[in-house]
Amino acid sequence: MANLLELRHVSKTYSRGLINTKSTVALQDISLTLKEDEPTIMTVAGESGSGKTTLAMLLLGFITPSTGQIIYRGRDITTLEGEDRLAFRREVQAVFQDPFAVFNPFYTVDHLLTVPIKQFKLAKSASEARAKMDDALKAVGLRPEDVLGRFPHQLSGGQRQRINVARALLLKPRLLIADEPVSMVDASLRASILETLRNLQRDHGVSIIYITHDLTTAYHIAKSIIVLYRGGVMEAGDVDQVIKSPQHPYTRLLVDSIPWPTLDQRWGSDTIKAREAGGSSVGCPFRSRCPMAMEQCKTQPPLYQIKQKQAAACYLHAEHSSIAAERLSELLPVKSELEA
Amino acid sequence: MGQDQNPVLRVSNLEVTYYTDLGRARALDDVSFTLNAGEKLGMVGESGSGKSTLALAMMRMIKPPGRIEGGKVEIGGIDLMSLSEEDMRQARLSKIAYIPQGAMNSLNPVTRIGSQLVDAIRSHGIKDSRAQVEERCVTALKSVDLDPAVFRMYPHELSGGMKQRVCIAIGILLQPQVIIADEPTSALDVVTQRQVMETIDRVKDQIKAAVILIGHDMGLMAQFVDRVAVMYSGRLVEVSTTREMFTSPVHPYAAALISSLPNLENKGVFQGIPGLAPSLLRLPGGCSFHPRCDKVMDICKTTRPQTRRVQGDRLVTCHLYNEEA
Repeated sequence: MANLLELRHVSKTYSRGLINTKSTVALQDISLTLKEDEPTIMTVAGESGSGKTTLAMLLLGFITPSTGQIIYRGRDITTLEGEDRLAFRREVQAVFQDPFAVFNPFYTVDHLLTVPIKQFKLAKSASEARAKMDDALKAVGLRPEDVLGRFPHQLSGGQRQRINVARALLLKPRLLIADEPVSMVDASLRASILETLRNLQRDHGVSIIYITHDLTTAYHIAKSIIVLYRGGVMEAGDVDQVIKSPQHPYTRLLVDSIPWPTLDQRWGSDTIKAREAGGSSVGCPFRSRCPMAMEQCKTQPPLYQIKQKQAAACYLHAEHSSIAAERLSELLPVKSELEA
Repeated sequence: MGQDQNPVLRVSNLEVTYYTDLGRARALDDVSFTLNAGEKLGMVGESGSGKSTLALAMMRMIKPPGRIEGGKVEIGGIDLMSLSEEDMRQARLSKIAYIPQGAMNSLNPVTRIGSQLVDAIRSHGIKDSRAQVEERCVTALKSVDLDPAVFRMYPHELSGGMKQRVCIAIGILLQPQVIIADEPTSALDVVTQRQVMETIDRVKDQIKAAVILIGHDMGLMAQFVDRVAVMYSGRLVEVSTTREMFTSPVHPYAAALISSLPNLENKGVFQGIPGLAPSLLRLPGGCSFHPRCDKVMDICKTTRPQTRRVQGDRLVTCHLYNEEA
């Protein structure tokens, strides 16, 4: 089975300063595989500074990994040139957080759709281009006559974000990187954008990497989840298992902090230790905030496989057998239990 | 929580209109509510429903083409709308404080945190010695869990959550009776959000202020506030206690809002509210929610519903409850 995307021991380090160079590890040794013929929705979750957006930028080829390789359909994306690079650009699409920033306020929203049609020569005539635009807009639940010819400021945030999804759809991508696509959208529109994304995966066979800090939406849309903290994988597995019974102290903190809109699930009462700036780069990155930190934590814990589809990088689970970092993908279900 | 106590804040018949080239947009339409000391009220609604306009109107910070057309905002019996411009400036921060959306970007990047705090105190004519003022600032920073060293730092040296807490510290410096927080955590991640909300809760108890939390995250409302007010196209359509709102919302819009919420049980069910919020320039006649309402009646299309008190202390603006009143 061919791999759509493969990350091999990818790390990204940002350095600053010329003489006393300080470096920040944004992403540490991530290995991941997405299969070509099994479209899925995978969540990458974590708080600010966990490396989520760095991962998105790497996958889109905007930045190059410090070490390791990103292989897209058998080829390292840093070596792609000419037509292959163009194909990669078309097949891997992105939806970003801010539905306001991606539009040029001087053009009507049509611009966002016509440019890729021209760029990738998707249509032979103006009428074919128009038909494609109409189809893509209808697929995300917009009426073309409501939005085409309008300026960005005349549309709501939810409409604009759906146009972004429509643009991605137009290009028939194989992989969609959605970086916080609903965090700036009203709650009432969130549901419809998430539904659009899920239909994209289910009906159009697009794999989606859903990057978020919001575990509520992750739980609803994704099949699998990877929890990052300071660039390292803390916990990974089936989204149901991880959110309903988190095993890593960090995931527990995250799940505990979800403001569920029900009265029976209250915020946890345990106090949260503030995040320290910097911190040491060896050992478990969470140990300075961890209520259960032990002496052992000064060395990097491996991933311990707790259940068939759940593993946590924490010595609290040392009684389970460890699993090599490059086999992370084996823990991630492609389908949720309900569908399987 | 009862309305019969002596409320610290009483907003009555507040109206704001924006005069645009395309016509008049009534952003606040006859908004009335009260708030008791120490109470937390959540103000929810879609973008453009008037939540932020309400906050700005209460601060008398509406700028042209917007205008406050009428109504009262009384704090401790004094109507802010009748104050002179200078008295109103003094009232801001000392009686009523506003923590704006994305407040962390409102700090001056080239001035130390400390001098921005001192500025807030000095501009209210407080003539204490320098040491006393500094002491007061440091106490405020400590009360929001920030290290006193932050006093000498610049905004860029702080994380988003820390900057947000600096803004809360400025908000509580002069111990106002009412704090309005406009989506104070929308740019923060869940863990920081919980820390910031817990900070607001604690300092509110210290200075015994009332808090209005504006936002659209119903989860945050469930966790934080005592009462929830739902706005729709400039009107308050329902005000209920948090428990009533989440277990038995009375207004159809509030009910749709509650049922669109994700929880652990309904995985994979996405239920949005059909239709789009109407433009304030072309509001539908009668009840402005009627084109999207699943309980619409003939009267809704022609007659504006009045706000009524039902089931004790709940306020609802809907024709369904005409008989009960």
